[in-house]
Formats: sequence, structure tokens, C-alpha cells
Amino acid sequence: MSRTDDGGSAHATQPSEPLKPLDIRSVGTSPQRLDGPGKVTGTARYAWEHPLAAPLYVHPLQAAVARGRVVVMDTGQAEALDGVLAVLTPYNAPRLADTGDAELAVLQSEEVAFRGQFIGAVVAETAEVARHAAQLVAVEYEQLPHDTELSTGRSDLYRPEVVNPTYPTDTEDGDAEAAFAAAPVTVDVTYSTPMEHNNPMEPHTCVAVWEVPEAPGSQPRLTLYDSTQGAHQVRKTLAPLFELPPESVRVVSPHVGGGFGSKGMPHAHDVLAVMAAKVSGGRPAKLALTRQQMFSLAGHRTPTVQRLRLGADSSGRLTALCHDVIEQTSRIKEFAEQTGVASRMMYAAENRSTSHRLAALDIPVPSWMRAPGEAPGMFAAEAAMDELALACGIDPVELRVRNEPGTDPESGRPWSGRHLVQCLRTGAERFGWDRRTGPGTRREGDWLIGMGVASSTYPAYAFPGSVAEIERRADGGGGPGGYAVRIGAADLGTGTWTALTQIAADALDCPLGEVHLEIGDTDLPSGTVAGGSSGINSWGSTVVAAARAFREEHGAAPAPGARTRASMPSDPALRNYAAHSFGAQFAEVRVHTGTGEVRVPRMLGVFSTGRIINPRTARSQFIGGMVMGMSMALFEESVFDHGTGHVVNHDFAQYHVPTCADVLDIDAVWLDEPDLHANPMGAKGIGEIGIVGSPAAVVNAVHNATGIRVRDLPVTPDKLLRS
Amino acid sequence: MPHRRCHQRAAYAQVWHRAVGWYWGGVDFQLTLRVDGEARSLTVDTRTTLLDTLRDRLSVTSPKKGCDHGQCGACTVLLDGRRVLSCLTLAVAHDGAEVTTAGGLASADGELHPLQRAFLDHDGFQCGYCTPGQICSAAGMLAEAAAGHPSAVTAAADDGPDSQGGPDGTVALSDDEIRERMSGNLCRCGAYVNIVAAIREVSAK
Repeated sequence: MSRTDDGGSAHATQPSEPLKPLDIRSVGTSPQRLDGPGKVTGTARYAWEHPLAAPLYVHPLQAAVARGRVVVMDTGQAEALDGVLAVLTPYNAPRLADTGDAELAVLQSEEVAFRGQFIGAVVAETAEVARHAAQLVAVEYEQLPHDTELSTGRSDLYRPEVVNPTYPTDTEDGDAEAAFAAAPVTVDVTYSTPMEHNNPMEPHTCVAVWEVPEAPGSQPRLTLYDSTQGAHQVRKTLAPLFELPPESVRVVSPHVGGGFGSKGMPHAHDVLAVMAAKVSGGRPAKLALTRQQMFSLAGHRTPTVQRLRLGADSSGRLTALCHDVIEQTSRIKEFAEQTGVASRMMYAAENRSTSHRLAALDIPVPSWMRAPGEAPGMFAAEAAMDELALACGIDPVELRVRNEPGTDPESGRPWSGRHLVQCLRTGAERFGWDRRTGPGTRREGDWLIGMGVASSTYPAYAFPGSVAEIERRADGGGGPGGYAVRIGAADLGTGTWTALTQIAADALDCPLGEVHLEIGDTDLPSGTVAGGSSGINSWGSTVVAAARAFREEHGAAPAPGARTRASMPSDPALRNYAAHSFGAQFAEVRVHTGTGEVRVPRMLGVFSTGRIINPRTARSQFIGGMVMGMSMALFEESVFDHGTGHVVNHDFAQYHVPTCADVLDIDAVWLDEPDLHANPMGAKGIGEIGIVGSPAAVVNAVHNATGIRVRDLPVTPDKLLRS
Repeated sequence: MPHRRCHQRAAYAQVWHRAVGWYWGGVDFQLTLRVDGEARSLTVDTRTTLLDTLRDRLSVTSPKKGCDHGQCGACTVLLDGRRVLSCLTLAVAHDGAEVTTAGGLASADGELHPLQRAFLDHDGFQCGYCTPGQICSAAGMLAEAAAGHPSAVTAAADDGPDSQGGPDGTVALSDDEIRERMSGNLCRCGAYVNIVAAIREVSAK
């Protein structure tokens, strides 16, 4: 995810010595979610739901061609409809001060760069009238040939400068080609993964209010109620487009209905909502993408084609590991997923090479989707490891143990904490791995049964730029009454409201109930984006620093109103270590011999992710990630029609995500080992690692059940029946 | 570069849009709903769904809009005691109806419904956006099972000892029954095992 540097003023200086561990009391316990009562009653307010007087409703217009330009937009009928306030088009939309980000340069030209791109919007008194009017706008295009198909044979694949966020595009350690050619055992396989869509349950929503004070010369004020993983990031991105100073923009986002990366940065609908607000005379303009619109306007996971070449000696020790990735980006904005990056540090292969090549296509803009890079990359790499285990005649758990590196193969640095072998051994024991038999040998009636394993990993990111404020509150009578803890953090289901409160309570050495956390608002000190599983690492470290500075400044019994700010401390000592999370994931599958249906009766994840702040919410995040990984293995595929240039299965009836009936026994456990090199909490982030290993575990289990190796996700019944 | 002007398409579109404009124009209609115990009278466009009526006209935002097509279940409410997808329900068709949202399942003094307490205890959600729909759906589902409504996984009475139908005409809720009956409510955060645990606990009481 992006490294943000959204600094704010910080009154405390940054220490340079190693950070003191946090004394824990609340951390490690499992209070229920503090935002839970609001969520089980539905009274917690998401972006659409803030009470605002006299709102207007925005319905977008989208391009019906994949490439070309709008030549005529007849808005007459729409504008004549009762209740229509405005129809925005490329011809009349407000001009943006900066069009450098082509995804956000909404309605700045008649050019159409992909099907589904915004070409206008209706602003009306009701949602029904807005939608009706949108259907009355007649559009004529000059259509140009489009090119949307990713393939390995393309002559225009290019090498991006870096891959997300700033990793080298290619790496070469030792002589991987020569080592592969000389290896006694080799696996040379190509895997592919499809386009996928994040599909959080809450559609991307932005309610914008553009107020112009009556006093002459005064600055307009923009307020956004936005569904975002980073309120400050939204402000920082959007304010310059509308020539507003950041302090004239407020972004409010206390509760977010899931994001999985797709709300990690503002998208085009945020810009469109602000434009609508600008023509709404101070009234709120409400815009929520429809589920269908989300498939072209809120990012997607790139499809990948990945060639894996593994070379090993006869005992299974890797001598060569080559991971070459081909993926797509949009022609108007580059997003280069770091798909092969985990292969650089995962195993002790002396000779390693990785590469990434992109095709720039006439497609919607790809972006972050839960564990961008690691999820598809580790799927291919860990499935290839399963193939190598078979080729060597070694148990897949044992193969991974034999290739455990003592230090980070990429940097040479010691691990801050790597307990992968312990995860594998613990998981094998708990899962009953010893009951696994050879491929295609276990059958119960019409069902073939198999088990699979895969490793997972995710970097322990922490992004600088957060600032926290602690203030001693007054109770009703003017005496001291707890502590306000303020930071522009986000909770998109991640448990931030609860976990950050626990960290603050321990850092202030006070009961949980005395902490009054405030997050999700740019009126609070700056918070970095909830992405890259960095939230609790970044914000938690910042809150700990602020609490320590507060105690140093104001002592144990501060007077009401006492207040201190601190920014996220940097920890130079951490640079001496390679800090990553690890996990071992196990799956059991049943495959029906007649229909090819795959069921997943059991999954287990054993994780090494440092200290767990709140076991109750952490388990939910782990198993939620595992469900999404199982979904990636079996269900998810955005079917792109290259004739029309759009995703044809753009709804929940056709883009399949797991239902309650698809998920049986899924559990997650973790090793109890705080990683005190990482930060004062000893935590390493848990939002993404759950999805990383589970697709390969499921696919490897399908092979163990059937003897069929599916190298093209998702594993749908047709792929098993035709083999 | 070969160009193609879409004159023909535009002409068709004009005809289509005129037809749509005539056909899809709304008409106002006055109705009264009883929402979470409170009578609410208002005028709605005949095209307005129950979901939008609740959220945008009555500021009852407990039911959520996840897909607007009846595919996700986030908008589930109890309509005269039965669970319905309020995004597929036109308000105009339910004048006088009793609507209960997850907000109304809690008592007026804020005491939570047993399902709500169980969802908190079992952490049956993460982002919370599908949760009010899950809880309304669970409440409706428990009533359906108690009334003996079978599901796709309910064994028929003549299936012998595996029969899941209770002697009193109710359906015993195994985990498979709960999963089957709750599969109209998607949870992208993947909280299903905890949702099933919460409902199992309440149904066992």
C-alpha cells in the first residue's frame, strides 16, 4: 500500500533510541467491540446516513463504449423533468485545478478511456427522479477500437519503474537460470488468476456539502461524509483538485462498511460528488455507487499470469526460484501489483529471480485488493511448492521446513521474528495432517477427500505521518473524567475502535472505560491510511508515544484540559531487522465425482503475527481473510467481455462470494510471541495475512483429493470435470 | 484509425428513452407505516422502495443498501413479522404495514435483543454493514423454523431417523439448517462461523 506522509504538527520530538515495550493489561484481553451496540442495532452511521437537511441525490452517467469520445449529449429531456436540478456533462462540469491523476480527472474532457467511466451525472430532488433523468440523457459517441485483453503473447508488455508501492520491479540474486538448468528436480509451471473485485458490503459513498459563506472573499468550505479507509488521505488528494486549502476541507468517516483496499484512496465518485455539491447551492449532494457501478469505478485486482520455476536437489532443498509475472494496468493510470515480491524473501533458495511486466489496456483502473501482491503471488508460489513436494517425493510441510532461511534471503538481515516452522508443525498436529494420503486415494461415497497446506507471509508495515492527541477530560462537575484520545484512524471492520482504545488504556495506565477514542475525522490529528495491515502498528505506536509524552508533561494526575500531541516515533533499531508476519494454512476439501462441486469442510490457520491486541476481533479478521482466500480459490472471477469492454457478471447474483452455506469449520490460532522489534505493542498487523495462504491451501487440497492440478483460478467444477 | 458514429444506436435510444419516460414516471401516494412501533405517515413516489422510504424519507437507517437488487440481504427487515428484502419491496404496496428493523428489535430503553447480544458475544460481524440485515433475517428465520417451515436441507418426515422435523411441528435448527436459511445474507468480512455460533446459541435457548 502507499506510504503516506500526511504530516501534522507534532509537539513532541521523535526519540531515536529503541522504543520501550508497552506494559500490557487490557491489550491481550477480549472486550466486545465498543462500536458493536451501534452495529447490531444499525444505528452506527455510515457515510450515507449522517442526518443532513434537504439533500440532493446524484445519479452518475457512464460511458457505454470502451474507448472513444462523447460527441453529443442531449440533456434536454432530463433537464425538463420535474425535480432535476442539474445535469453535469464534460461540457459544463466544473474545471479541476489538477488533472494529473487521470482517474480523478472526472468530466474534464470528452475522451472515454474505458467502458463505465463517468461521462456525467444528474443531480435531483429524489433518487428516483435522478435515476429516471439519467436514463433520458441521449449520448452519441465516436467509437475507437479498444484493447482490453491481457495475454502473454503481447509485444507491448512493459517493465514498470517500480511495483506497489516502491519495490524494485525485477530482482536477480545469484544465477537463477543456470541453477535451474542444473537442478536435478525442477518444476516449471504457469499459474493464472482472474480479475477480482473487492466488493465491500457498503457501496462506495460520498456525501458532499459545498458551502460558500456570504462574507465577501471568504473561502468555500467542503465537508465530505465519505466511505474511506483514510480520511486525511481523501482530504490531501481532493483539496488541490478544487483549489481549496486542506483546512477548508473536512472528511468525516467514523464507520466504514468494509473496504479491503478499494476505499484506500479516493476514487472518481468522490470527485463527482464534490462537483455535484458545487452546483447544489449549499445543499448536500449524496452519491452512492450502485453495486454494478462499483465494478468499473472502485478498483479491481489485476488478473495475473505467473510462471514459476523451482529447482531443487533431490532432498528438496531449493537451488533456484524464478517468479515471472504478467499483469494489467489501465492506459490512463498505472497500478503495478507487487505479485512476485514475496518470493524474494520466502525461502532459502540461493539463486532467485523475479520480474513484473504490464500490459496497459483500455480498462478500469486496477488498485489495491486485500493483500495486493501477496495473495495472488503466494497462491502461485505455494501451489508450485506443492508440485515440487510431489516431484521430490517429500511431504509438503517437510519441504517448507527444509527451505527455512535463517536470515532474510533478500536483505541478509535477521528476522524480527519468524516462526513459520512452528506454525507449520503446530498446524499439522492440530489439523491431523498425518491422516493425509496420496493424491486421489481417499473416497467416501461420491466424494473425494484431500488435504492441502500453504505458507503465508505479509510485511509488517508501519507508515509515518500519524499524530495523536491526548487530553484530560472534565466530568460534569469540572473534575477529571477520563481521557480523550484523538487520531484520524479508520475502522472498516478491523476493530480499530476497540483495539486502539485498549492500547491507549495501557499506555495511559488507566481503565478501558476512561479512554474516549475519537477517529475517522480530519478535524482530528492526522492518521495514515488503513492499508497494508499497517493500521494498528502505525496508529498504536503513535498513541503510545502521545500517552508517554502526556504523562511526562502532565504527570499521573493531570488537570482537566491538559493536552499533548505526538507523532509516530521512528525506530532506527527496526532497520536492522526484516519484519514480516508468517502463517501456515491448512484446508480439507471434498470434491464430488459426479458434479465437480468442491466443499471445504475444514480450514485452519496458524499465525505468527506478533502480539494479538484483542483475540476476539483478531480471530474474526484471520478467519475473514481465510474465507476470502477460499473464495478466491473457488468462486471469484470478474468475467470481462472483450467485445464490449466490461465486466458482465457485475452483481452478487453472478460474481460469487461465499454465503453462510459455503463456510463450515474455519478456525485460526496464533503463536503467543510479541515481536518487540516491531513496535512497543509487539504487534505486526493481521488484516491481510489470512487471505494469503488459503487459496493455495485449498487448491493443493483439491489436487490431493483428485490428482487434478488446477493452475487457473477459480477452481470451478468444469475445470475438474474436463480433466 | 477506423471511426464509427453510432447514429443508429442514438436513434434507438431516443425512442427508448421516450417510452421509459412515459412508462417510468412516478406518481405520489400517501401511506402510513408503523416503523419500529411508531406510526409514520408520508407521501411517497410510487417507485420508491421500502428501503429508500425508510432510509431517505424516514431517517431509519438501520436497514442497509448493499446491492439494491435483492442479492445481498443487507436491507432485510421484518414486514408484518416476516423477513423481506426491503430493496425489492415497493413502499406503496404496504400501506398500513408493521415494519421492524434491527433498531426496533432492541427495546425502547436500549436493552438489546438476545440475537444482538449473541452477535456481540460471538463477534458475528466486523464492518457491521450487513449486520442489521443478518439479525432481522435471523429473527425471521427462527420464527419460520418454530412454525415448521422446511428448508432445502430439512429432511422430509418420512426420511426416517435422520428427520430434522421436531415432534411439535417445529424444525430443529442444526448448523446446516442455520447456514442454509441464512444464505440470503452475504457477509463480505466473512463472519459466518461466528454468525452461526450466535444464532445457534439463541435458537438453543
